[in-house]
Amino acid sequence: MKISETWLRTYVNPALSTEELVAQITMAGLEVDAVESVAAEFSGVVVGEVVEMEKHPDADKLNVCRVNVGEAELLQIVCGAANVRVGLKIPAALCGAILPGDFKIKPSKLRGVESFGMLCSAKELGLVAEAEGLMELPADAPIGTDIRAYLQLNDHSIEVDLTPNRADCLSVEGVAREVAVLNKMPLNIPAFEPVAITHLAKLSVSVEATAACPRYLGRVISGVNNQAETPLWMAERLRRSGLRSLSPLVDVTNYVLLELGQPLHVFDAAKLSGGITVRYAVNGETLELLNAQTMTFDEKCLVISDDESALAFAGVMGGSYSAVHEDTTSVFLECAFFAPLSIAGKARQFGLHTDSSHRFERGVDFELQNRAIERASQLILEICGGQAGDITDVTTTSELPKREPISFRETKLTKILGMSFAPENVCGILESLGMKVVAQPDGWLVTPPSFRFDIAIEADLIEEIARIHGYNNLPNNQILVRSSLNQATETVLDLDRVKDLLVDCGYQEAITYSFVDENLQKTIAPSAEFIRLKNPISADLAVMRTTLWGGLLTAALHNTNRQQTRVRLFESGLRFVQKDGETLQEKMLAGLALGNVAAEQWGETERAVDFYDVKADVEAMFALTGCTVQYVSDLNETLHPGQSAKILNENGELVGWLGMLHPTLEQQLGFETPVFLFELAQDLLLQKQHSSFKSLSKFPSVRRDLALLVKEETTAGDIIAAIQSCSEPLLQDAVIFDVYRGKGVEDGFKSVALSLVLQNQAQTLTDIEIDAIVSTFLDTLTQKTGAKLRD
Amino acid sequence: MSTPTDDILKQAVDELATTTDLTSLDAIRVHYLGKKGVFTAQMKELGRLEPEQRKAAGQVINQAKDAFQEKLDAKKIELEHAALAARLANERIDVTLAGRGQKVGGLHPVTTTLRRINKIFASVGFQVVEGPEIEDDYHNFEALNIPAHHPARAMHDTFYFDAHRVLRTHTSPVQIRVMESQTPPLKVIAPGRVYRCDSDITHTPMFHQVEGFLVDTDVSFADLKGVVYEFLRAFFEKDIQVRFRPSYFPFTEPSAEVDIECVICGGEGCRVCSHTGWLEVMGCGMIHPEVFKSVNIDSEKYSGFAFGMGVERLAMLRYGINDLRLFFENDLKFLQQFN
Repeated sequence: MKISETWLRTYVNPALSTEELVAQITMAGLEVDAVESVAAEFSGVVVGEVVEMEKHPDADKLNVCRVNVGEAELLQIVCGAANVRVGLKIPAALCGAILPGDFKIKPSKLRGVESFGMLCSAKELGLVAEAEGLMELPADAPIGTDIRAYLQLNDHSIEVDLTPNRADCLSVEGVAREVAVLNKMPLNIPAFEPVAITHLAKLSVSVEATAACPRYLGRVISGVNNQAETPLWMAERLRRSGLRSLSPLVDVTNYVLLELGQPLHVFDAAKLSGGITVRYAVNGETLELLNAQTMTFDEKCLVISDDESALAFAGVMGGSYSAVHEDTTSVFLECAFFAPLSIAGKARQFGLHTDSSHRFERGVDFELQNRAIERASQLILEICGGQAGDITDVTTTSELPKREPISFRETKLTKILGMSFAPENVCGILESLGMKVVAQPDGWLVTPPSFRFDIAIEADLIEEIARIHGYNNLPNNQILVRSSLNQATETVLDLDRVKDLLVDCGYQEAITYSFVDENLQKTIAPSAEFIRLKNPISADLAVMRTTLWGGLLTAALHNTNRQQTRVRLFESGLRFVQKDGETLQEKMLAGLALGNVAAEQWGETERAVDFYDVKADVEAMFALTGCTVQYVSDLNETLHPGQSAKILNENGELVGWLGMLHPTLEQQLGFETPVFLFELAQDLLLQKQHSSFKSLSKFPSVRRDLALLVKEETTAGDIIAAIQSCSEPLLQDAVIFDVYRGKGVEDGFKSVALSLVLQNQAQTLTDIEIDAIVSTFLDTLTQKTGAKLRD
Repeated sequence: MSTPTDDILKQAVDELATTTDLTSLDAIRVHYLGKKGVFTAQMKELGRLEPEQRKAAGQVINQAKDAFQEKLDAKKIELEHAALAARLANERIDVTLAGRGQKVGGLHPVTTTLRRINKIFASVGFQVVEGPEIEDDYHNFEALNIPAHHPARAMHDTFYFDAHRVLRTHTSPVQIRVMESQTPPLKVIAPGRVYRCDSDITHTPMFHQVEGFLVDTDVSFADLKGVVYEFLRAFFEKDIQVRFRPSYFPFTEPSAEVDIECVICGGEGCRVCSHTGWLEVMGCGMIHPEVFKSVNIDSEKYSGFAFGMGVERLAMLRYGINDLRLFFENDLKFLQQFN
C-alpha cells in the first residue's frame, strides 16, 4: 500500500525527517518497501493565468499567449497545447526554470515570435508518465505561487508492505494511528458533519446471508453530476497512493478506501430493479464484472443482487451493467462489513485481487461503516452535487465479530520476553493502541478494538508490548541450554563422508530440481510411474523425478554444450516413486561421468572413462562402510544391456544400479561420448559394519596362482562365488589379476588368472595341506563353472 | 736409490691418478692387491730372502701396500662422490610441471553453507532432522496455524499434487513432525529443499531452508535473540550489526524478521540492500500456542522459539554470488569456484 507522507502528517506530525519516520514504522512492523518523491526535481514554475491569446501568424498549431504570473507585466509565451484558452490557470515555467531532466527554460523564438517561458503539462513536471495538453489548475489557484508549494510536491509516496495480520493499517488513518502511538502524540482525525437528508427515496435492503454480511448500509443520492471535475487535491492524493482519477464518484469511493480503509461501491440507481439482496449465488449464475471478465459463480460466492440478477461480487468487484458512467445522475452508495471468512480465498480462486477483497479478507473495522458512508456522501455532494436520502442499515448484531476480553498475566509477559515491565507502561501501551484495559490481581483484562482482527490471545498482547517497546530494546540472552550428549553411531555412515569421497574422486556436486520435464522422465525411465504437479511452473518442471539421473544428464548436457569435454557430477536427494498408490520418497545418491578418466595432463596417454573406472568409485564408497555387495549383470531400461549391473547387498536387497547410458538414449539426448551412471539408495549404502578385531597370525601366508580356462560367458563373479562356496576358513583372499584372450586360447574361451592367499592362525601350512585345499577349489570350480586348469 | 717396491708403489699411485671410473679403479685394485696382484707377488718373493732380511723387506712391502690402500680408498670415495653427483645432475627434473592423477572435485556452495550452519548449531547440541518434501496439507499449513483460506497462504505460492498433498513450502513442517514424536526439551535444526511456485530473477521454484527450534521450560524471546545474534556472528565470522523487526508468521507470536548490516557495503547503502544498509536474512519468533496445541505440548509449561532462513541467500551474501539461478544450472565454471 502506498500513502502520501504529507497526507499522513495531517493526522500526526512528529518532529522526524522522512527517513526517521520510515525507519520508525518499519521497526514497528509496518515494513516500508520504498520511498519515492511524488514529483521529479524542477524549479522556477509558478501558477499562471492565460489573459490574452492570439493565433501565431506563421504556425497553425501555435498560439501566442499573454500570461499573468503575478509580475507587473504579462509574459508572452508561445504554446502549442490544444487545451490552452483565455482564463485557464496553468503551471508556467519562467525563464531560468529548470524542468525535470535538467531542461533549462530560456527566452527563445518560435517561428519568429519571441517566447519567455513555457506552459507545462503534468508530464513535463514529472507528475505522470503520460499526459495530454496543459495541466489545468483550479480557478482559485493563486497566481504567481510556486507550483511546488501550491501542489505540495515536496512530498513522498511511502510504500508499506503490510503483513496479513495488520489490516488495521490498510489506510492513511490506520498508519497515522500507529505513528501517533509510537510518538505518544494525539491523532488529529478530521471532523465532519453527517449530510442533510433531503429526499425520501430509499431502496429496500434484505440480507439473506447475515453471517457473511453482518452489516449492510446503503443510501440513494440523486441529482449527481458525474461529469464534474475531481478536485485537484483529491486527484493528487489518489495519484500519490498509486490510483488514477477515473470519475468523481469512483474517485470518492477510492478516496474513502484510502482514508479510512473502508471499501465502498456505487451503483447506478437507474440500472437497479427493485430492492437490494445480499445472498449466496446460485450455482452457475453469471455476471460480467467491471474488468469485463464474466464470472460463473458457485454457491459459496456472496453476491449483491437486485430483484432480477446479481449486480456485484460482494466485497470483490462490481458488475459492469450497474456501474456508474458519465451520464449517471442517481446512485446507490453501498458500505458494508463482510466477514473475512466469507471473502477469504474467493478473489484468489477466480484470479481476482482487488483493493476491496484485500481489505475485507483481512478484516475491516466493523464499527466504521456509518462514518465511512457519511464521509463518502459528504464528498459526493461536495463534488457532484445531489441530494442524499436516508441510510438503510441492516445490521445483525449477533453476527458481528466479537471482541472478547483477554486475560493477560504479568508473569507470562515477563517469562516470554525475558524482562519485566512497569504495569503503568503496559497499560499505557495497550490503551494507546485502542484497547480497553481492566486491572486484575495477576495482570489485566484486555479487550481489543474493533479494528484489530489480530489480537485474540495473550501471546498477541505480548507481541504488542514488545513491538511498541521495540524489539531491539529487549534483552539478548547468552545461550544457556540443557544439553545431552550426542550419540556417535558406528552403524550408519555419515552421508557427508561419502560425498567427500566422491569429491576426492574428482566429482563435482550438483543440485538439480526435484521436478523434471515429463518427456525427459518418460525417455529415460519409460516404465516408471511418476507423480505430476497440478500447477507446474512450466512444462519442463512438471513431474517429480523417479531417478536423479534426469537432472544429472541435463546438467551434464548444459556443460558439454559449453565446451566441457569431461564431466563428473553427483547429487544426493529424494526420488519420488509411485508404488501401490503410495508415493515413496527415497533418499538417493547418484553420479555421472563422461569424457576422459582424468583431466588432460602431460606424461599420460588420454583414456576415455569406462565402466570399471566408475565401478572403482562405487566400490570405494562400499569400502567406507565395509559392506559386501554383489554386482549382478541385469537389464535396466536406462542402461546399456551389456554394461549394467544391479548392486545387491548381503541380504539380497537392491542397493542401486551402475552402468553405461544406453547408446540410443546417449544419441537421443545429444551426448557425443559414452556416459556412465550410478544411483544408490542412501539407507542401504550407509549401513556400516562396525569393526571387530581379529588376532594377527604369526605364521606366513601362502599365495597360489591358478590359470583357469573358462567359457567366455563365465563371469568373474561366478568364479569368486564358486571359491567362496567352499567356505574354506584358511582362505584370506581370492583375486582375479588377469584376463587373457587370444593366442593359445580357443575362441569362445578366456584364460583367467586367479590368486589365492591362504594362512593359518595356528601353524605354518604344509605343501600337502595347501595342495588339498587348492584341489578342492579346483574341483568346485570345474563343477560350478566348467573351469579347467590351463596347460 | 729407489727400491723395486718404491717403483711399484709409484706406478700404482700414478695409475690411480689417471683413473676416472670405479670399474677401472677396481681393476687396479685387483692388479695390485688381488690374490695374483703385484704386491702379493712381492710378498711371495720374501721366501727367497734370508730370514733376517725378510722382516725388514716385509715391512717395506706392507708399508707400500698400506700407502696404496689408503690412496685407493680415498680415490674410491672421490669417484663415488663424482658418480653420485653425475647421477643427481642427470636425474634433475622440472619440478614446476603439474602433478599427475585425479584432480579433486568439490561440494555445491549450498552444501558447504548447510554444513557450516549445521556445525555451528551442533556445537551447542542441536540435532539435525530431515523431513519429507511431499507434505500433507496438515503438516505444511493446518498444524502451523495456517487454516485454508488464510491470507498467509497467498504468501506461499504452493505447488499442489491434489487436495491434500503439496510440495512443502517451508521446512517448518519438520517442527510439527518432531514435536509429534518427541517430548521437550527439544533442540533441532531441519535443513532441506523447499518449493514455491514462483520463478523470476530473484526466485527459483526450489530452494533450501534451515528451520531451527528450541522448546524447553522458560525459553524467552531474549534467548531467541541471543541465539540468532550468536549464529549470525559465527556464520559471517564478523561482529555484525543485527536488528529485529516485528513481523508476522501464523506459527509464531511474537514474530520477527531479522536484518543484518549489509555485508556488501557495510551498511552504507548499495544496490544489494536497496540502499537501506540492511539485509533481511531470517524470520523467527516464539512458537505460537496454537502450534503447541496441535502437537499436544502444554504451552503453560513449555515455551519455545523457532527460526527459518534461506540457505541460498546466506550463500549469496557469504560468497558474493549475484544471481540466484546459477545455483541450479550446475555449470562447472560456477561450481568449481567453490572447490
